[in-house]
Amino acid sequence: MLHDRDRIFTNIYGIHDTGVKGAQSRGDWDKTADIIKKGREWIVEEMKTSGLRGRGGAGFSTGMKWSFMPKDSGDRPHYLVINADEGEPGTCKDREILRSEPHKLIEGALLASVGIGAHACYIYIRGEFYREAEAVQRAIDEAYDAGLVGKNACKSGYDFDIYVHMGAGAYICGEESALIESIEGKKGQPRLKPPFPANCGLYGCPTTVNNVESIAVVPDILRRGGAWFAGLGRENNAGTKLFCVSGHVENPCTFEEEMGVPMKEMLEKHCGGVIGGWNNLKGVIPGGSSVPVMTKGQCDSALMDYDGLKEHGSSLGTAAVIVMDQSTDIVRAITRLSAFYKHESCGQCTPCREGTGWMWRMMERISVGNATIDEIDLLEDVTRRIEGHTICALGDAAAWPIQGLIKHFRSEMEERILEKAGTQPAADAAE
Amino acid sequence: MNSSGEAFAFTPENQEAAKAILAKYPEGREASATMPLLTLAQRQNDNWLPREAMDVVADMVGLAPIRVYEVATFYTMYNLKPVGKNFVQVCTNISCLIKGSDDVFKACKKKLGIGNGETTPDGEFTLLEVECLGACVNAPMMQINDDFYEDLTGETTEKVLDALAKGEAPAAGSQAGKRVGCQPAGGLTTLIGED
Repeated sequence: MLHDRDRIFTNIYGIHDTGVKGAQSRGDWDKTADIIKKGREWIVEEMKTSGLRGRGGAGFSTGMKWSFMPKDSGDRPHYLVINADEGEPGTCKDREILRSEPHKLIEGALLASVGIGAHACYIYIRGEFYREAEAVQRAIDEAYDAGLVGKNACKSGYDFDIYVHMGAGAYICGEESALIESIEGKKGQPRLKPPFPANCGLYGCPTTVNNVESIAVVPDILRRGGAWFAGLGRENNAGTKLFCVSGHVENPCTFEEEMGVPMKEMLEKHCGGVIGGWNNLKGVIPGGSSVPVMTKGQCDSALMDYDGLKEHGSSLGTAAVIVMDQSTDIVRAITRLSAFYKHESCGQCTPCREGTGWMWRMMERISVGNATIDEIDLLEDVTRRIEGHTICALGDAAAWPIQGLIKHFRSEMEERILEKAGTQPAADAAE
Repeated sequence: MNSSGEAFAFTPENQEAAKAILAKYPEGREASATMPLLTLAQRQNDNWLPREAMDVVADMVGLAPIRVYEVATFYTMYNLKPVGKNFVQVCTNISCLIKGSDDVFKACKKKLGIGNGETTPDGEFTLLEVECLGACVNAPMMQINDDFYEDLTGETTEKVLDALAKGEAPAAGSQAGKRVGCQPAGGLTTLIGED
């Protein structure tokens, strides 16, 4: 378990001053110019050493991503775009950075920009986070006033501008190319790749899109050294991570913990455990709504990192842990997710546009038992026809929760159908 | 697209704000200002966006009006018809669902006497079921205008609505009285000055 001395987000609850003075008193903006002067190569190498993997869900190496930016782009400027379109159901960690640790984000944006050769950054904040965007703008204004950003940022000789751009209600804009489209003033519909944003992103210029948390940990990593970060967690799963635990625990909350911590221990230490005790656990969605649900048996031994959850057929995603106890109507819960994906499909690809509606309608019927058993197989088949057949991952994200439900909780779906049909469930009938 | 039946123009103050928005984007990329300008127009116009306002924005950013209509109809936060003074949006997605958003939504319907997507006859409240608002550890929650009300029960939901109906401004954030933000309600487990 993580010691306070290794925690990056020391004001994540906003208990202390969130302004520039408070941030500086906690070590932010300390000798930033010295780091900038070490140069672009050094920053990228140090990030590679740290082993940081993107905190937005995909888990791609941040240093590697930065190294894909061209060295020389002629007169095309480079851009850093920060994805603060947090909307994956269960996920609320970036919100805390935006409202309580905005200076870590802004300093991280400056250093990341040096790492990718950018002089301008847009922070794309979801429209519903109005108060959070106010907090970030306040911090940006402070940083300009203090000479930390703008011309000759931190007296380093590096020019850097940073802007807030707000969304207006579209989950799909969390997908990086849809987000870029949205900043360009269009509907948020994902682009075909390639070309990738590193070559052709915002305004056709080289662009890196990173999650809020990925950027906000950059100053600490560069100050304390990539090796320090790499020393936390497990190999290939380095560092610390903000976890947000919602649902049926005694104390739902957000906290920073070491990667690879056992799920059970984590829930007991920080969240007061599962309501009614560990044995009352039904299942956990460990990384936001898009990842498959895990059974209690899997949760018993699961470690909370990329590889630890992959071993159990799920994923760390955004580290949004949704805990469901035995009282949960899990078929209804997953049906609600199907409604969500149907609502959020951008409508561009036919398998997703039509398929999310198909899946939702079938789930609605199954959730009240108004279906036949073989329709469960049909539903599973429909998910396979959507998964992997769309431009972006929303189709996959809509398919996986249903696949997880069928894999682990098929009996509950069957019981409901048999009950409605007036037939005893098979198990009872055998008695 | 609904018409307001009257011309739209930004107030002098918002014209200044619009200039500042346009200045955020490189020359020739004025289209990027479409969304923030639509938001500005909506906030000026009692929280809804008539076609006249979209046309003004289209003109400012140099786009054909249809391009702006496309944007205005794609993003859910643009209200294409009038909404109540208090726009009550209840999250019913998974984390809120399993923590009792049914009770919150029921309390809203009972208290306001309206259903999903409806506005009270006096124009004070609009009720809408929405997707995840990103405050899941404080579930269940609702957003009213710019503020989040969190850790709700049916009872505290009614209290918030009562206060708003009286013209008061109830404090946003957790309504359970045990915490301010996202920390564990049982007391801090991290950042407690230990090594």
